[in-house]
Amino acid sequence: MKKLKIGDLEKIRDKVRRTANLRQGKAKARITIHMGTCGIAAGARTILTALMQEIDKKNIKDIIITTSGCAGLCSREPMATVEVTGKPPVKYVDLTKEKIIKILNNHALKGNIVSEYALAIGSERTH
Amino acid sequence: MKDLSLHILDIVENSIAAGAKNIKITIDEDTKKDLLILKIQDDGKGMNKKTLSKALDPFFTTKKVRRIGLGLSMLAQATRETGGSIDIKSKKGEGACITAIFVYSHIDRKPLGDITETLISLIATRGFDIDFIYKHYKNKHGFIFDTKVIKKKLKDVPVYNTLVINYLKNNLTKEFEKLKKRSNA
Repeated sequence: MKKLKIGDLEKIRDKVRRTANLRQGKAKARITIHMGTCGIAAGARTILTALMQEIDKKNIKDIIITTSGCAGLCSREPMATVEVTGKPPVKYVDLTKEKIIKILNNHALKGNIVSEYALAIGSERTH
Repeated sequence: MKDLSLHILDIVENSIAAGAKNIKITIDEDTKKDLLILKIQDDGKGMNKKTLSKALDPFFTTKKVRRIGLGLSMLAQATRETGGSIDIKSKKGEGACITAIFVYSHIDRKPLGDITETLISLIATRGFDIDFIYKHYKNKHGFIFDTKVIKKKLKDVPVYNTLVINYLKNNLTKEFEKLKKRSNA
C-alpha cells in the first residue's frame, strides 16, 4: 500500500526550526472546543477549523487550541471555553465561525470577555 | 451527523476519552462487493462486559455530565439504514475495535464527508501525544497515513505546528483527489 508522500517534510521541519524562536514562550490563553457527539453534530469541527485558519492567517503564536468532550449543555452547542492565564474560564455557547473569531480577537488575545456570547464565567476548568 | 467523517471524529473522541495513545482508522470502499467498511481500533482502557453490552443503547453512557450516549447508537443507526451492521469488540484494559459496515450504493448511505478536515482537527489538537494511522482503500487502490512516521521525520518540530498542519492538509487533499481519479478511471 502506498504511503502518503512526506518528502518535503524535512524542508518544512528546517523552516519551522528557523522560525522557532518566534514560537517559543508561554501561551497566554487556551481555547477548548467541546467535541462531544452533540458538539460535533452541531458544527464544532467547523468552529475548530475556522479558529485554526484565523490563527494561521494572523500568525498567532501564543494561543493553545484543544478539544474536550461534552460540557453537559447539549442544546447550546457548539461551545468553547476560553481560559486566559490568571483569569477565570469563560464558556461560550451557540457558536458560529464569526463568533469564535470575535472571541479569539477580543477575549483570547486582548482579554476582553465577549459577554453577549458567554454562558457563564468561572465554571469548571478543563485542565 | 450529516456524514461519515463526523461520525469518525465522534468515535475517535471516545477513544481519546478512553486514554488511547494509538488510534487506527481504516476505510475500505469495495464497490464490487457493494460495501463500505469503517474500522476504528484503539488501545484505550476498553470496556467491561456490562458496558460493552450497553454500548449501543442511547440511554446509556459512562459520562457524568448527561444521561444519554448517542455517538455509537447513531453510528449503528446509520449502518442499519443502509442494511448494514455494526460490531464492537472490546475487553477491559485491551482497547476497542468498532467495525461499521454500510451497503455502499444504498441511497441512505451517508457520504464520506471531509475526512481531511477530521484528520487535521485530530492531529492539530491531539497529535502531540496520540498517534493516528489512517488507511483508505478504494477497490485496489489506497494510501496509508501514519503520524508516527511523520513525527520521526519532524524530530523536535511539533506535528501541530501550523506549517506542518498545512503541509499535511494539502497532501491529504491531493491523495484523496488521486484516489477519486484512479477509481473513476
